[in-house]
Amino acid sequence: MNTVQPQTVKDTSLEAKGGKPVIEIEHLKKSFDKQDVLRDVSLMLFNGENLAVVGKSGTGKSVLIQCIVGLLKADGGSIKVFDKNVSSLTSHELNELRQKIGFLFQSGALYDSMTVKQNLEFPLRRIKKDLTENEIEKKVAEVLENVGLTDALHKMPSQLSGGMRKRISLARSIIVDPMIILYDEPTTGLDPVTSDEISSLINDVQKKYKTSSIIITHDIKCALKTADRIIMLENGEVYLEGKVADFEKSTDPFIKSFFQ
Amino acid sequence: MNHITYLKSYVIVSQREAHKFVLYKGIGEMKELHPVVKVKGFATKQSVRLSEKTMEKTVKAGNFLTDLADVFLFLKLIVKETFSRDFEFREFLRQCFQIGYKTLPLISITGAIMGLVLTIQSRPVLVNFGAVTMLPGMVAISIIREMGPVITALICAGKIGSGMGAELGSMKVTEQIDAMEVSSTNPMRFLVVTRVLAATLMIPILILYADALGIFGSWAGANIKGDVSFFLFFSQAFGHVKFMDFLPAVIKSFFFGAVIGIVGCYKGYNAGRGTESVGVAANSAVVLASLLVIIVDMIAVQITDMLIK
Repeated sequence: MNTVQPQTVKDTSLEAKGGKPVIEIEHLKKSFDKQDVLRDVSLMLFNGENLAVVGKSGTGKSVLIQCIVGLLKADGGSIKVFDKNVSSLTSHELNELRQKIGFLFQSGALYDSMTVKQNLEFPLRRIKKDLTENEIEKKVAEVLENVGLTDALHKMPSQLSGGMRKRISLARSIIVDPMIILYDEPTTGLDPVTSDEISSLINDVQKKYKTSSIIITHDIKCALKTADRIIMLENGEVYLEGKVADFEKSTDPFIKSFFQ
Repeated sequence: MNHITYLKSYVIVSQREAHKFVLYKGIGEMKELHPVVKVKGFATKQSVRLSEKTMEKTVKAGNFLTDLADVFLFLKLIVKETFSRDFEFREFLRQCFQIGYKTLPLISITGAIMGLVLTIQSRPVLVNFGAVTMLPGMVAISIIREMGPVITALICAGKIGSGMGAELGSMKVTEQIDAMEVSSTNPMRFLVVTRVLAATLMIPILILYADALGIFGSWAGANIKGDVSFFLFFSQAFGHVKFMDFLPAVIKSFFFGAVIGIVGCYKGYNAGRGTESVGVAANSAVVLASLLVIIVDMIAVQITDMLIK
């Protein structure tokens, strides 16, 4: 396999336009037992961009964003979010940082014992403690309207379809007005039509809330539709980093097989 | 044959030296070499088997010690989070409702039947000894001291322990605990501390309730073959019950509650990532909680016995 050296991120148009990096990852390493999942990953996420991280299953894509948000501790390298080194933060500081980050889990991760309304209120009541009941209700209604599920307010998660769960989960992520959203396989397990709707929703959210996003996916259609830039991971390393056009034009057999 | 037998023990120590020894002993006797090969093979197999078993036991001992350390770390975290700021009072009340109110029907039936059966079983023996008037007191003491707390705790270990194990286990599998963590909520404080405290508080109350229903069931049982008024039965029952019958049982019931809560939460919170682990967590929570209830009861009985003496 011809390992393509990653393009230097300093040449990207986003930085040329004045975008600042909100996430800087350098030489990230993570292993479980004796298995190296992330060997050496370096990347940057610029303010206002959608970065798709693609790759085969088991290449460490989900582990990467779990390290960013502090759910997993990196074995080596550094992760800076808003210039703060994640691994050196205290639990209180990490909680403060997490308030600026929304996370869409692969399974949706809605709380089974709560209604949709309670699920949406849960992070809001903890992060924005000064909000009144009226303001909370307005906020819940607003995000539900944004994801197109105003009727689901009093439903339980078990009454929702896979696509609806993802939408509610996205609503829960954006309700606290995060500056970064991390999407873990947002379209996995969904039919093509719903996948396309979720991809559109990711773009809408980015435009409306001016967020920066990392979208972990192996759904190339989703990556092509949502990403400003794509990073391909292979064997725990960056295989290729570039714009969508770079991947489409690539003659590398591995990339071609992935994008066809 | 003798020197071959001797060799068996020798080759276990060092096969290479044993081989030389046989050759030295068996110079010029080619037939003697066949047993040597057999002894060498046998010794190699034994050595391999012995080292494999040693490795297996070492891994098991390592895992056991790691688990033990995990339990102590978990306990330390529970204690730390219990006394931290931002106690999740609403969730604690919700858990009290879940554990207390929703277990009432089960405890009611179990408690009443416990007293009824104890009375029906004991009555013929007491009649034979002409001590049937002792029946209410005997049943009341045995229910308050031992049967009420232990049977109720075992029922709770089954219902509450498995419930906690399965609920937290499935939350772990479906990433709900991670979702809570990224929402700036401490899952230990929100999920574990509230459940452990609610179990510690509600199970003693359930036990007192089961005791009351057990004595009521006993009165019903006494009336199947006899005719005892409600007032007479209760005055006879509580005439024999002393404060020291009551106090140790109440104290140990708090420990039962804590054990059931901690085990249920520990098994659920530390469940694996697959769906199978939810079942394993629920099952092992019940088994371990029930076992620990019996062990705590034994320790409590010994301590009570020592203190009363």
